[in-house]
Amino acid sequence: MPPGNLGDVSPKPPGGTVAAMAPAVATHCPYCALQCAMTLTVRPGHPVAVAGREFPTNRGGLCQKGWTSADLLTAPDRLTTPLVRNPASGRLQPASWDDALDAVAAGIARIQAEYGRDAVGVFGGGGLTNEKAYALGKFARVALRTSAIDYNGRFCMAAAAAAGNRAFGLDRGLPFPLADVALADVLLLVGSNLAETMPPAMRHLADQRARGGRLVVVDPRLTETAREATIHLQVTPGTDLALALGLLHVVITSDLVDTAYVAARTSGFDAVRRRAAAWWPERVERVTGVPAGDVRRAAYLLADAGTAMVLTSRGAEQQSKGADTVSAFINLALALGLPGRPGSGYGCITGQGNGQGGREHGQKADQLPGYRRLDDPAARAHVAGVWGVAPDTLPMPGKSAYELLAGLGTEGGVRALLVVGSNPAVSAPRAGHIQERLSALDLLVVCDPFRSETAELADVVLPVAQWAEEDGTTTNLEGRVLRRRAAVAPPPGVRTDLEVLGGLAARLGVPHGFPADPEEVFGELRRASAGGVADYAGVTYDRIDDADGVLWPCPDEAHPGTPRMFLESFATGDGRARFVDVDHRPVAEDLDADYPVYLTTGRVLSQYQSGAQTRRVPALVAAAGGPLVELHPDLADHLEIVEGEVVRVVSRRGAAVAAARLTDTIRTDTAFMAFHWPGAGRANLVTNPALDPVSGMPEFKVCAVRLEKVPV
Amino acid sequence: MSTVDPRVAAAAAMISQRPRIVIVGNGMAGSRLVEEIRSRDPHRMLHITAFGAENHGAYNRVLLSEVLAGRHHPDDIRLAGPGSDDGQVDVRLGVPVVAVDRARREVRAADGSVTPYDVLVLATGSQARIPPLDGLADGSGALLPGGFVFRTLDDCREILAAAAGAHRAVVLGGGLLGLEAARGLAGQGLDVVVVHQFGHLMERQLDPMAGRVLAHTLRVQGVQVRLGAASTAVVRDATGRFGGIRLDDGSCVLADLLVVACGVVPEVTLARAAGLSVDRGVVVDDVLRSVSDPRVFALGECAQHSGQVYGLVAPAWEQATVVAAHITGSDPGARYAGSRTVTRLRAVGVDLAAMGETTLGDDDAAEVVQFADPTRGTYAKMVIRDERLVGAILVGEMSTVGTVTQLFDRGAPVPADRTSLLFGPRRGGQVTTSVAAPGQMPSHATLCRCNGVTKGAIQECVLAGARTVEAVAQATRATTGCGGCRDVVEGIIEWVAAADPDTAPAVPA
Repeated sequence: MPPGNLGDVSPKPPGGTVAAMAPAVATHCPYCALQCAMTLTVRPGHPVAVAGREFPTNRGGLCQKGWTSADLLTAPDRLTTPLVRNPASGRLQPASWDDALDAVAAGIARIQAEYGRDAVGVFGGGGLTNEKAYALGKFARVALRTSAIDYNGRFCMAAAAAAGNRAFGLDRGLPFPLADVALADVLLLVGSNLAETMPPAMRHLADQRARGGRLVVVDPRLTETAREATIHLQVTPGTDLALALGLLHVVITSDLVDTAYVAARTSGFDAVRRRAAAWWPERVERVTGVPAGDVRRAAYLLADAGTAMVLTSRGAEQQSKGADTVSAFINLALALGLPGRPGSGYGCITGQGNGQGGREHGQKADQLPGYRRLDDPAARAHVAGVWGVAPDTLPMPGKSAYELLAGLGTEGGVRALLVVGSNPAVSAPRAGHIQERLSALDLLVVCDPFRSETAELADVVLPVAQWAEEDGTTTNLEGRVLRRRAAVAPPPGVRTDLEVLGGLAARLGVPHGFPADPEEVFGELRRASAGGVADYAGVTYDRIDDADGVLWPCPDEAHPGTPRMFLESFATGDGRARFVDVDHRPVAEDLDADYPVYLTTGRVLSQYQSGAQTRRVPALVAAAGGPLVELHPDLADHLEIVEGEVVRVVSRRGAAVAAARLTDTIRTDTAFMAFHWPGAGRANLVTNPALDPVSGMPEFKVCAVRLEKVPV
Repeated sequence: MSTVDPRVAAAAAMISQRPRIVIVGNGMAGSRLVEEIRSRDPHRMLHITAFGAENHGAYNRVLLSEVLAGRHHPDDIRLAGPGSDDGQVDVRLGVPVVAVDRARREVRAADGSVTPYDVLVLATGSQARIPPLDGLADGSGALLPGGFVFRTLDDCREILAAAAGAHRAVVLGGGLLGLEAARGLAGQGLDVVVVHQFGHLMERQLDPMAGRVLAHTLRVQGVQVRLGAASTAVVRDATGRFGGIRLDDGSCVLADLLVVACGVVPEVTLARAAGLSVDRGVVVDDVLRSVSDPRVFALGECAQHSGQVYGLVAPAWEQATVVAAHITGSDPGARYAGSRTVTRLRAVGVDLAAMGETTLGDDDAAEVVQFADPTRGTYAKMVIRDERLVGAILVGEMSTVGTVTQLFDRGAPVPADRTSLLFGPRRGGQVTTSVAAPGQMPSHATLCRCNGVTKGAIQECVLAGARTVEAVAQATRATTGCGGCRDVVEGIIEWVAAADPDTAPAVPA
């Protein structure tokens, strides 16, 4: 595909200058799920220029990450040739594509012959385009015929997805356009720091406030988002579920339940109501640390609102009871009669760039395209038909991400792993252990534009195209399918992920079915998703261009797409939303004398995920500094730690090293680390891989640590 | 899941011989134990029979004062429990157990039924203590007309029925329960007098100063308080109708409704008759097992552990997790190590928390930090030993209650700045973008966080000629992220422009 002239979207470029001559490519940011619209302008001899583009989500805004995203295209350590580890030297050495792909295919064949099909695994990512996520799932099921596939979205969206599915019969992060947030009289944000993780989204919150709306923020830290709140509920990490039960308790006992809605549109309320009876605000206070009076105030504020929204994010979800926590907040929303009412509802704020689409099209262990279930015979038959294979050749559901990674190189576990669009050596919980497991593989193959920390462990590294070098679609946090467009050609020597999968499949004896053209793949994805929950059948590249994206489900080309869901009924069998009876339970690892401080993790504004991209942008590194551990001055005082001092953060799993940053915006019993840094600064060396039994989500958001001074 | 889990199949095969758990008492402790067992027994290996003396399914007794106040509907305080179609748990409501035969391992109930057990759990709770006032109770201990205890949902309903025709209530006892009842009755529009025999309210939890602040607050809420007042007799008119309380100074408190809230006594009749070791409560070890019989457990207000009998729900629920762990075998190492108790008064317009040691001897070396503003109903007291919070009282101002409770519960060190425990932290954090006047902000202050732009950079840009937000945005990217700093950038433009009306850059001469 020729780069450049793929759509001149700025008929009136700013200033009407010479830029008018340059091709301007309308695309979206490479980072988070807001997928800010941007225009890339390419002029020979100049760096690619980035500008924000008017769009319903970012409304022209970009954060520093977006503004500097084009720096990724010229990062000096870009990989442009495959690397194969030399058995003699132990070093990664340049190789030809044919040699590299031959080596990978031969390794896979050998391992599958000896240990069975499931001995080869695939690990994908929530940043991959829909086309890649789809092709990767198909590659696993058709070319490898392995059940061992999952992806890093398991660390991101799995809990909210599970809770959304069991309540509504469907999981679309926001079942309404983001701009609807401004219509909510009261907004409850749980474990979300939008101001840092998705800055342009704050424009909608500003609109909401301008309309007189109120904001309630639940967070162990007084974040930049919480500063905007009418009420900030500074919960103890891992106790959001108890708080939700307390809010519901107040709503119920104060006679504020929308009984007509509950009767007409839901089922299962009675058990939930009785569960909430055990969570009076004073009990909630003791568990959460949130004063009972604040629990009541927040509940009254929500219940008195004409329109209200409950939005959860990773703070509530990345817990070993993440799905139940989200269910508890959905229960609250249902009791208040919010979901399916304009200007109201429940939503989850998706994290990764294609965190929504990435969880719909088959790179999840238990899933087929269209958000179909892999263990559903009808779904297997439909998708097998599209793929031209017999349904019984499709493997059954495999293990969730952490279980898959923790089993690498073990008896009965995966012995060869293909990693695409992910950096689990930094992003997985108990990362030190996962690094060992990755190293124990017979064959680790990593597709990445850069030598990520995971690539450094690989036997074969395949240099692939990135973001502005290839076409494809993503599905943003609203379920809006968007187009990413190539602005420049990949550097010589680089191939796209789709080309890599096609090349490998052919070598594995499947010469057809893995085209390199994204639009062709998307056409097949449409057919595979047709009739599924996430139905893309009516979405075309042209329609996306014409209408600021298309929101699924969109079952045919005449269908306008679905901006607002659940207005009439829910996607359950009987059309009713289901209350799910959930109870609070303690964190997997609570404080004790040896580990007396909670550690919670998250992002900072100028970095993204494992940092594999953003650590290669000098301006972002300069802005973020390096690994920091935030702690309260009172805690620092007890430990005799001063600002800037390097400390060790130690848990039962390992230790990370970071500079102390003292701030009174955090609870006195809690420390915070961002998870963007590699090596000794990796927060995930410390985190707890205790899994949510419902969703497989690890407990990233809370574990017990101690902080130690580093001897000088 | 379409296939049958083999463990489920095995469990089904064993159903006829599965171990039988009998729980006597379906109150907060007993019903909680049922839930805890069920959550640890997913394959339903155990069969449970739970006897409840009351006709109601389990409900949240803590919230009875809210029902009395008319704030909660009784339906809203029903607790989770098994349905009538539950195959594992047989709940028998309104069926008191009358005897335990430990030799035959069976219990006999008031309906004549005999139920065998492999494990017996006593969760019989407690009874209201009836003080020895003339004319209060009959020979059997039952209250005479006009007097009520406040213990069960039925008690609550009876009081409400009586309150409907009453004008003035007297509450005997100024402890937690008495005050919650008093506030509830005041909420029903009655004049209420609390008669308390000690020198200050809630004397078991509060120091005298806190008691005084609390009494003041209650008076403002319409509840009168008579302290140091020992009552001697019930006053009745010629027809025997209740008319008030006579005190030991000879005076009378006239009323047409009496609520007795003089504490509770553990209900140990069954245990004692069964020959179990009973002191104040059923004596249990660290797994809540009777010291007399390994097949018998006791928990909640009828149990005595390490000399302690707890009258609050939190300890009972902690105990339930330990008992369930042992009955199901899910955690044979589970031990009960006693509970730290936090008392929270629930009453409209009155907010109070008390925990641990709150009253010290004169020569006690503990560090005490306190603040009192009785006129506004505020009092806070922290008792600190070895940098640990060992006791606290908060009345009125509750912003730190979460922090204080958690410090007490965990025995974590207190902050060097003790005032933060009384008033909450004085937070600075980072410079916020919307308050300071442009001239007061330091030049290095970040105004646009999304793009890391400082005041200095914006100022320079304006001085260089950018006189609109759009022009500043073009040059610095400020305002292009969340847009929240737009007002501040406008302010800087105005500020610079005012000082430098010309668009020419201001270069020092």
